[in-house]
Amino acid sequence: MSGVPQALDGINVVEFGGYAAGPHIGKVLGNFGAKVVHVESRDRPDGFRLQYPPFAGNRPGLNRGGCFSMFNDSKYGVTIDLKKPEGLELARRLISWADLVVENMRPGVMERLGLGYGALSANNHGLVMLSTCNMGQTGPRADTPGFGSQLSALAGFCGMTGFPNGPPMLLYGPYIDYIASTLGASAVLAALIRSRRTGKGAYLDLSQYEAGLMFMGGALQDYFATGRLAERCGNDDPEAAPHGAFPCRDNEWVALSCWSDADFAALAVVMGNPKLAAEKDFATAAARRTHKQPLDEIISAWTRCKTADAAAEALQAASVAAYPVVSMAGLFSDPQLAARRQWRVRRHSEMGDQAYSFPGFDLAEAPGDIVGPAPCLGGDNEFVFRDLLGLAEAEFETYKERGVFG
Amino acid sequence: MLLTDVLVIDATDRFGWLAGRILADLGAEVVKIDAPDTDRSRPEWRAFNVNKRVLEADPSRPANASAFGELLAKADICLVTPGLGESGGAFDPDVLRKAYPRLVVVAITPFGRTGPRKDWRATDLEVMAAGGAMSMAGEPDGAPVRISEPQSYSWAGAHAAMGALTALVRRDATGRGDLVEVSAQSSVIIALSHAPAFFDLNGDKPTRAGAFMTGRSIKGARYRVFWPCRDGWLNFIFYGGVAGRRTNEQLVAWMRERGAELGPLAKIDWARFDPTNADQAEVDALEAPMMKFFAGITKREYLIEAHKREMLGYPVSTMADIVTDPQIEARGFFQKVAGSNPDETYCGSFALIDGKRPPLRYEAGTPLGDEQPKPRRAGGQP
Repeated sequence: MSGVPQALDGINVVEFGGYAAGPHIGKVLGNFGAKVVHVESRDRPDGFRLQYPPFAGNRPGLNRGGCFSMFNDSKYGVTIDLKKPEGLELARRLISWADLVVENMRPGVMERLGLGYGALSANNHGLVMLSTCNMGQTGPRADTPGFGSQLSALAGFCGMTGFPNGPPMLLYGPYIDYIASTLGASAVLAALIRSRRTGKGAYLDLSQYEAGLMFMGGALQDYFATGRLAERCGNDDPEAAPHGAFPCRDNEWVALSCWSDADFAALAVVMGNPKLAAEKDFATAAARRTHKQPLDEIISAWTRCKTADAAAEALQAASVAAYPVVSMAGLFSDPQLAARRQWRVRRHSEMGDQAYSFPGFDLAEAPGDIVGPAPCLGGDNEFVFRDLLGLAEAEFETYKERGVFG
Repeated sequence: MLLTDVLVIDATDRFGWLAGRILADLGAEVVKIDAPDTDRSRPEWRAFNVNKRVLEADPSRPANASAFGELLAKADICLVTPGLGESGGAFDPDVLRKAYPRLVVVAITPFGRTGPRKDWRATDLEVMAAGGAMSMAGEPDGAPVRISEPQSYSWAGAHAAMGALTALVRRDATGRGDLVEVSAQSSVIIALSHAPAFFDLNGDKPTRAGAFMTGRSIKGARYRVFWPCRDGWLNFIFYGGVAGRRTNEQLVAWMRERGAELGPLAKIDWARFDPTNADQAEVDALEAPMMKFFAGITKREYLIEAHKREMLGYPVSTMADIVTDPQIEARGFFQKVAGSNPDETYCGSFALIDGKRPPLRYEAGTPLGDEQPKPRRAGGQP
């Protein structure tokens, strides 16, 4: 880390919950200098710690999960047993230290624990709290538990992904959860700005379903305006032709698109077949769409002889939009991502070295960073409660003896 | 509203539209700069530029410089993409940073402003390829596909909004603006969830899942994820564990109540069911009666019944299903703009703030007109 103060220095965050949609918000804030405390208990650790692979060295363990660590770097990890009255008291003390609480429990759970916004903000008027869940805090199905992987189907994404005559397609992981967390991060930052300016806090109710629909805005607007139901169309585009992924050497693929006849002429030249652009079957976008199959075959015959990088480089040299279809392995060797320092290796006490992902933005004057690796379960109890919260040694020991850090 | 007194100049193309929309939904006053030939009738334009006002002006005309200057002097945030933000132009990020030290300048580009491929040409398709998302969608042995409607623009816009507000927190504390650089390629990576960690930690190479769930059975069986139903498709997955047990038990109970043929489902003890041990013949036998049952019910029936029975799984919605979903209706997600075209409906603001959804203030394409945005408040000075 540089010596420059980070943008969110001085902002204190406490998180309750787990998995993706809550913790990703805290991760980003932590990357830009907020102090973020992730609260779990030994009885109910974050579900991402154990429920899904990968694990470092393929050996499962509470502190070995890559799924957890991806969304919890740059935070402190504490354990509090919220079933004990002293645990709740400690949680309240921790929240009184915080500017922001993020929770993604089922609706009503925080209220039942006495940790609802009304109770928490009574003596802390500037507190910002965000609750995020599948359906939102209200409405006839508010209590629906659910996985983001399936919510992506309800929100229209799966139905619009895939080929016209085939089935809908799964998206990897809880895709929609990350839309909610990304939008949620903006909402909490806006609320923190207001809180600092006016002293007035805010309670934010974020439905992952609704947040996801913001990324479906075009299809929804089209439906409202014309009644047209958007359908899956593979990689086709209403304007560009060709527009798709083409097979390359070594089981790689390259994505490319032509947005004008001039683009297509440039593609034809790169493929060593300049006359192609003048042929009546391919001279216009409409003709190229009609003759998609033979055109795809011509392009594929050229791409198959090249690596994806070589094909993309040749096309970009002629100003044709193209990029290799980057695989999970390829993300770690892509030269553009490397130049941005997308992956930053930090050493974890049990997992060893892991590459953590940096957000899609950075600040020139106050750059963010991966401040530290993901915490072990309860690994920062002493630091958070003694140093950040200022508990006296005797108090800390009493909590410990009573199993409050359980 | 949260961002009262925050003025945003939005000089973006498709890569940045959502950023301004998010800031507007959170209460900022957003002025969109549009070239005179902009087509504002397209659904995408309207969806992502509602709640902003539009100043139609050609940025390359020196005559417009003073109008831009007046706005920028009052602005807190300026969002730019390469089109209007070209080097040396009125919205060149470096020029803006020098001229307005308190301004947060957000430069959104496909690949960022540095690196060997920073000038590569890309649209949604290439960015989804570059960010790894295409490699994870489609059939495992078929072509990679992009996800639904263009997504990389939204990922970039959503990251730009986060970046803008991160820098605004600091501006309020220090009086200094900043240059926020957003790479659309990099912004897509969060959509991959934990997939990159498989390679990083163990050298494994996860790939696209298609329409079936694979990798769960030690005998290599694949489980159906999408099921044809009476009016479309359902998304239902055989899970193990507690959540799966409840869902599987309730499905069988529901089938039994309807007099559906159960086949091998009738005999299964769901408390002991472990999807990892089944081979393909067993999975096929379990799935056959379910196929038949699902074929006879509608998407809405599934949605209602699954909720009542606390089952996992959802229908595969079309846009029509979404706009008539009672949950969405009850929360008033879709909104019209008060006092404007009564026929036009939009996605409303994305979060409820203190129990209320902030109303949309401006119909898509509302001109800035003579009423200039308010001058910046005095607060937030160092």
